[in-house]
Amino acid sequence: MARRVSTTHKLVTTVAAWIVGFVIFFPILWMVLASFKTELEAFAIPPSFLFFHWTTENYAAVQERSDYLHHAINSIVIAGGSTLIALLIAIPAAWSMAFAPTKRTRDVLLWMLSTKMMPPVGVLVPIYLLYRTFGLLDSRGGLIIVLCLGNLPIVVWMLFTYFKEIPRDILEAARMDGATVGRELIYVLTPMALPGIASTLLLNVILAWNEAFWTLNLSTSAAAPLTVFIASYSSPEGLFWAKLSAASTLAIAPILVLGWFSQRQLVRGLTFGAVK
Amino acid sequence: MKHHIGALAGALSLFAAAPCFAQTTLTIATVNNGDMIRMQGLTSNFTAKNPDITVNWVTLEENVLRQRVTTDIATKGGQFDVLTIGTYEVPIWGKQNWLVPLDKLGASYDAGDLLPKIRDADTVGGKLYAAPFYGESSFTMYRTDLFKKAGLAMPNAPTWDFVIDAAKKITDKSAGIYGVCLRGKAGWGENMAFLTAMANSYGARWFDEKWQPQFNSPEWKTTLTTYVNLMHDAGPPGASSNGFNENLALFNAGKCGMWIDATVAASFVTDPKQSRVADNVGFALAPNNGLGKNANWLWAWNLAIPAGSKKVEAAEKFIAWATSKEYAELVASKEGWARVPPGTRSSLYQNAEYQKSAPFAKLTLESIDSADPNHPTVKPVPYVGVQYAAIPEFQGIGTAVGQQFSAALAGTTSVDAALAAAQAQTEREMKRAGYIK
Amino acid sequence: MTKETQRVGRLALTPAVALLFIWMIVPLAMTIYFSTLHYTLLNPGTEAFIGLDNYYYFLTDPAFLYSMRNTLLLVGSVLAITIVLGTLIAILLDQAVVGRSIVRLMVIAPFFIMPTVSALVWKNLLMHPVSGLFAFLATSLGLTPIDWFTDAPLLAIILIVAWQWLPFATLILLTALQSLDEEQKEAAEMDGAGAVSAFFYITLPHLARPITVVILIETIFLLTVFAEIFVTTGGGPGLATTNIAFLIYLQALIEFDVGTASAGGLVAVMIANIVAFFLVRIVGRNLDA
Repeated sequence: MARRVSTTHKLVTTVAAWIVGFVIFFPILWMVLASFKTELEAFAIPPSFLFFHWTTENYAAVQERSDYLHHAINSIVIAGGSTLIALLIAIPAAWSMAFAPTKRTRDVLLWMLSTKMMPPVGVLVPIYLLYRTFGLLDSRGGLIIVLCLGNLPIVVWMLFTYFKEIPRDILEAARMDGATVGRELIYVLTPMALPGIASTLLLNVILAWNEAFWTLNLSTSAAAPLTVFIASYSSPEGLFWAKLSAASTLAIAPILVLGWFSQRQLVRGLTFGAVK
Repeated sequence: MKHHIGALAGALSLFAAAPCFAQTTLTIATVNNGDMIRMQGLTSNFTAKNPDITVNWVTLEENVLRQRVTTDIATKGGQFDVLTIGTYEVPIWGKQNWLVPLDKLGASYDAGDLLPKIRDADTVGGKLYAAPFYGESSFTMYRTDLFKKAGLAMPNAPTWDFVIDAAKKITDKSAGIYGVCLRGKAGWGENMAFLTAMANSYGARWFDEKWQPQFNSPEWKTTLTTYVNLMHDAGPPGASSNGFNENLALFNAGKCGMWIDATVAASFVTDPKQSRVADNVGFALAPNNGLGKNANWLWAWNLAIPAGSKKVEAAEKFIAWATSKEYAELVASKEGWARVPPGTRSSLYQNAEYQKSAPFAKLTLESIDSADPNHPTVKPVPYVGVQYAAIPEFQGIGTAVGQQFSAALAGTTSVDAALAAAQAQTEREMKRAGYIK
Repeated sequence: MTKETQRVGRLALTPAVALLFIWMIVPLAMTIYFSTLHYTLLNPGTEAFIGLDNYYYFLTDPAFLYSMRNTLLLVGSVLAITIVLGTLIAILLDQAVVGRSIVRLMVIAPFFIMPTVSALVWKNLLMHPVSGLFAFLATSLGLTPIDWFTDAPLLAIILIVAWQWLPFATLILLTALQSLDEEQKEAAEMDGAGAVSAFFYITLPHLARPITVVILIETIFLLTVFAEIFVTTGGGPGLATTNIAFLIYLQALIEFDVGTASAGGLVAVMIANIVAFFLVRIVGRNLDA
C-alpha cells in the first residue's frame, strides 16, 4: 500500500471497524458470558454484563452428563474426513473444468449446484431407507458419505474459481518442459493453488461441522457428532440457556481455534477465488 | 518347565478373573427433561446389578426425539432398544403391534400400583404396551403474595370466571406484573395442549362421533374468544411465542400472577435456586365451568420396546428397573423425595415423606385422576386422549390449528377467521385421511 | 489444448460427475416413486398408487402460495442485506485498521455457530420482549420493546439468518477487494474522482464476479432454511414464517406422510430451478472468464 493514510483517517476507520466487529460478535459474546452464569441469572432482567456470580457449574454439568470428547472426535473425523475426500475428488474435476473446458462446462457446474436444491426434509425417508438397507445407520462412514457428496458441489465451485485465476502460461511452460498432465497437476498446480485449497478446506469443514439435519437423523450414539451433543441440551423442559451456552461454547471452541489460525489463509486464499 | 507352567497359570488366571458374560448394549432414546437426565445419571446403579448390559443414551428435545424415533420404528431401522414415548404414541403404535407387550416385567413390578388413568392411557386391548416413567397433569399455580395484596382467596377448584376476574385485578402492566401467563406458541403439544384442555372444560370437542371437526361450534368460539381477551387484558407481551419454558422463566422472575400449566412446573417454581418467588407459590386445580371437566390434561412419558427387537430381555430388565418402586427410593436417597419422577404410582402418593417434601403432590394426584383419556369431553367423542386425539394425523392437524390460534392471539387474524381456517384445514386433512367421506 | 489434455480432462471430471450423479439419481428416483404413492409411515403396507394426487394436495394447500412468498422474501432480503452490508464492511476492513485480524475474526465468527444455537440465543437472550437484552435496552431508553416474534416474525428470522451469512459474503468480498489494483484507485483519485464515483466505477465492477458467486451459493442454502424457523417460531404465528421447506415438514414429515413429503420436495426443486434460471440470466455472465 503506497498510499499515505492520515492518522485521523486511521483513527476513524479503526474505531468504525471495531464497532462493527463488536456489534456482529456481540451475540456470541453474550452466549459465552451466559455459559458462566447460573440458570437464574442467564435469564434475568436487568441482565448483568460482567458483574455477576461467575460459575463453572454449567461446564461441569455438561462434562458429567455427556461425553464431549467422544462427540468431538466424531465431529473431527466426520467433518475432516468428508472434506478431505471431497477435495480429492474435486481437485481433478475443477482442474478439468478450468483448464480443459468444453462448451458444456458451465452447464455441468450449474448442474452440480442443482443437486443441492432438494430440501433435506423432503428426502429424509428415502435416504433413511437406503442407509438402513446398507447398514450405514449410525456409522461414521455413512455420515462421511452424506456430508462429502453434499458439499462436493461447493468444493468444486470454489476450486474452479481459484484455478481460473492461475495463469495458464505457467502450466503450459511446465508442459513444454515435458511434464505430463499428472505431473503438472501435482507439482505445478497444487503448490500455486495451495492457499485456495486451504481456504476451501476450511469453509467446508465448517459447513460439515455445523450440519445438523443429516447428522441428527442418521446417527444414534456411536457416530454422533457435536451437533447431537448440542441438540441434547436444546429446549428441554426447564431452564437450560446457561447449560446450552456452555455446550455450544465447547462445540465451537475447536472451530474458533482452527479459524483463528487459518483465517490468514482463508482471506488470502479467497483472494484468488472470486476475483477477475 | 516352570516357565511354561507360569505362563499357563497366568493365562488361566485371566480367564478366571474376567467374567465371561456376553455383553448386550442397550441404546435408549429419551427426552432431555430433568427426570430423564436424572435417570441417565443413575445408570451405574442399573449396570452394577446387570454387569452384562451396557447402556448408551440418546437424549433429545421431545419433538426431535419423536420424529427420530418414529422414523426409525416405522422403517424398522433398529437403532433403538428402549424408547421413550408419550401417551400419544402408545395407543397408535400399540394398535399396530409395533411395541412388545410388557407382561414380563417381573413379579415385583406391581402393575396394579400404577395410577389407573395413566395405566389406561398405556393399555391397548387389555395389554400394557409401555411402562410409565413420569406422569403429569396440569393445574393452576398462583402467587400467594399477589393474591393477598388484592384481597383474593383462591378456592381449591376455581371457576374460569373467578380466574379471569382475579387475573384482571392483579395485572399491573406498568410494574411488569401480568395477571396470568398461558401458552401461546404454535404447536400441537404447545398451545394446543392447553387450548384443547380449556375447550374441554367449556364443553367443546375436536371431533363429533362422525369425525367431523367442531371448530364451528359455539363452545370453541367461546373458548378462543375468552382466551384471546384474557391474554390481551392480563397476559404478557410476546405471549404468542411463549411455550412452557418461556412462561416458566417469566413466572420464576416474578412476572406472572397465575400460571396454568404442567404439574411438573411446581417443582421448578418452588426451587429457590431457580425461582425468585419460590416461597410465594400456591396451587389449585385447573379452572372449570361447572360442566364436569376441568381444563387440565393428562400426559405420561413411558418406556417401551420396539417389536422385533433382539434385546427384549435386557430391555425388560432396564424398564423394570427404571419404573419400579425401588427406583423412586433410589432417587429419594440420592436427591430427596421431591425429585422422584411424579405421576405414575399410587404408592408414591401414599408415602408420607413424599407428601411432606412435595406439598403439591396431593393436587397433582387429584388432577391426574380427574382427566380421563377414554372420556375426555362433556359430549361423546370417537377418539382417546385428553389434550389430543390419538390418531396419527393429529400432529399435523394440531400444529396447523395451533398456528391459526397463535395468530389470533397475536392479533394478525380475528378469532372467527382463525376458527374458520382451523375448521377448513382440519376437514381437508380428515377427508384425505379417509375419516370423513 | 492438446488432445491428451482433452482426454485427461474428461477422465479427471468423471469421478465427481459419476458420484454426484448417483447421489442425485437414486434418491431422486425414490422420491419420484414415493410421490406417486399414498405412503404413510404410520400405516405401512397400505401403499397404493395415486398418481399426481399428492402434488394436487400439496399445491392446493392454502398455505402453499403464502409459503412461497415467504421463501422468496426470505431469500431476497437475506441476499440484499448480506451483499450490501458485506460490501460496506469489506470496504471498511480494507482500510488501515489497527488490530485487523481480530476484527476479521469477530466478523467471521457468526458463521461458526450452529444455526439452531444462533436462533435460540437470538430468540431468548436477545429478542424476547420481556427478558431479552433488546427489551432491556429499549425500556432503559423509555421505549416500548419490540415484540419481534409476534409483530415482525419474518423480519426476525431474516435478521437471524442474515447475521449468520454476513461473514460469508464479507469474507469473499473483502479478499476480492484486496486484489484491487491500487494504481487504478490512485489514478482515479488524481483525475479528481470522488470516493463515491470511485466506488461505483472501479470497486463495484471489480466485485461483480465475487458478488455473483455469493449470490448463487447463498441462494442454494437460503432456499432450504429450516432449523432457525423450527426452533423459534414453529412456522407461526399463523403462516408468517412458514417457508416451503417448513411447509413440507408440516404437511408431511410430522405426519409421516412420505408421499406428500416427496411431492413437496420435488415441487421445491422445481421452484429452485426456476429461481436459478432467472438468477443465471441476470448475473450468470459474470461467471465466465
